[in-house]
Amino acid sequence: MKLDLLTSLYVFMLAAFIGFEVIRRVSPLLHTPLMSLTNALDAIAVVGAIVLAAEHKTTLAAILGTIAIVAATSNIVGGFIITDRMLRMFKSSGPKKP
Amino acid sequence: MIFSENFIEITYIIATALFILSLKWLSSPTTARHGVWAGEIGMGLAIAGTLLHFGIVDLKLVFVGLVLGAIIGVPLGKVAMTAVPQRTALSHAFGALCVTLVGTAEFYLRAPNIPPFMMAVLSLEVILGSLTFTGSLMAAAKLQELRWPPQRPVTYRGQNFVNLATLALAVIVAVVLVLHPDQTRLFPALIFIPLVFGVMLIIPIGGADMPTVISLLNSYAGLSAAAMGFVLNSKLLIIAGALDGSSGFILSVIMSKAMNRSFTNVLFGGFGQIQAAAAGGQEAKPVKSATAEEAAAILSAANRVAIVPGYGMAVAQAQHKVRELYDALTKRGVDVRFGIHPVAGRMPGHMNVLLAEADIPYDKLMEMDAINGDFPQTDVALVIGANDVTNPAARTEQSSPIYGMPILDVDKARTVMVIKRGMGAGFAGIENPLYYLDSTLMLFGDAKGFVGNIVRELSGGHG
Repeated sequence: MKLDLLTSLYVFMLAAFIGFEVIRRVSPLLHTPLMSLTNALDAIAVVGAIVLAAEHKTTLAAILGTIAIVAATSNIVGGFIITDRMLRMFKSSGPKKP
Repeated sequence: MIFSENFIEITYIIATALFILSLKWLSSPTTARHGVWAGEIGMGLAIAGTLLHFGIVDLKLVFVGLVLGAIIGVPLGKVAMTAVPQRTALSHAFGALCVTLVGTAEFYLRAPNIPPFMMAVLSLEVILGSLTFTGSLMAAAKLQELRWPPQRPVTYRGQNFVNLATLALAVIVAVVLVLHPDQTRLFPALIFIPLVFGVMLIIPIGGADMPTVISLLNSYAGLSAAAMGFVLNSKLLIIAGALDGSSGFILSVIMSKAMNRSFTNVLFGGFGQIQAAAAGGQEAKPVKSATAEEAAAILSAANRVAIVPGYGMAVAQAQHKVRELYDALTKRGVDVRFGIHPVAGRMPGHMNVLLAEADIPYDKLMEMDAINGDFPQTDVALVIGANDVTNPAARTEQSSPIYGMPILDVDKARTVMVIKRGMGAGFAGIENPLYYLDSTLMLFGDAKGFVGNIVRELSGGHG
């Protein structure tokens, strides 16, 4: 258990560094789609909720899990739809460069 | 069973890689849509993998949840582009709700056998989740301009003390639970106090500070999800949360710099309290104004035009008229570009989306740093619905409340035109010396109407 938490800390630290480096390179042009996309990806929390609802260990856990699935899924579906809608609007003026 | 567990982990690893690629592809508009596809595939894989989980008893509730979520999600994905900020705030609230509910369920499943470190992370998850939930709902309501909460910042004496004390109380409850995880009666307080704190945190914040607030709430939502990953020992969740958290963090820093706030201000949420400027002593100075006809003549004679839009342009729904102006001038061989201040919209990057929606090519949308050096060689800078972000006092007047705020140097252009309803000051009540420059022409009127008139003059006149 203790080792698990330490490994988790390592993973968190590395992911935070990757996040900083990758996101620093995102053009300010796309900061709004960036936020809606990270929001959709963040809704991967749905996997935790799915396990709760599906394992049905207690009624409370199943109910809370189901509501959590609804909340997260709406973020996934809505987040991907709106991000794609926004990105489709960004058009270049000149001929496409390779 | 071992096979299926490994299989699930493999889907998670692929999903993680796809998530990182997804953000990487977002670095350029040409590859950005691949990013969305990568994210969708990763998400689908991870969910499919999870459904194979060994402990699964009943999938009925899961499907009910997925279907209901999709039914709510589709309309939320189809809102108008002007409403994207409040939609984003709402989705932060939903994300935080999910995290808080899962944390709550995990607590009651595991108590009282929760090791101290685990309980600490679980507390962090629930505290961050709850305060982000109500905080984001408040932010969404303010952005949607609902009757309550008020748009205006609501402040009172000792506000910071009350807020900090509330947060401290939540931390104390968390510490007690870490030491005595069997005190399950205390747990509801761990949810309730941060819920109240979230409301109190957003009450003093005005509309102009929303870009910073949304970014900060984004960061909190990500961190709470990462904490949930620690609790569930899910690397995928830790990574997704860390990516979201650092994204929100970077955006908050960019926004706070653009708003001239210090970094500690952002971390403690102590923003939104710009003091109204001591505007006294300024007698009415003469300004020069011009008609649409005169403006059109000057614009058509120019080689280089920079348009500086602010949120006022979006409020007036003038972006499509601006696009017509862009077309008319480009047709005459005028080089037209747009100078976008980081806080020009209601959330990071919002103005770019609004202009892209009006079909203005993205390579004409310039960041502040990219266009500032070009203003001295610009014939006309046309300011539409922007005020404080063009105020030269930010560079020169040490006494000005916005001193030090990065601005678009429109005053360096040969001619400055400002479309404005009247001579009222900006949100912070700050005088803008730009309007009194010799090179400035004030175009008084509604943004949409006035730009429309200029376009009519341009198409009616001769080239």
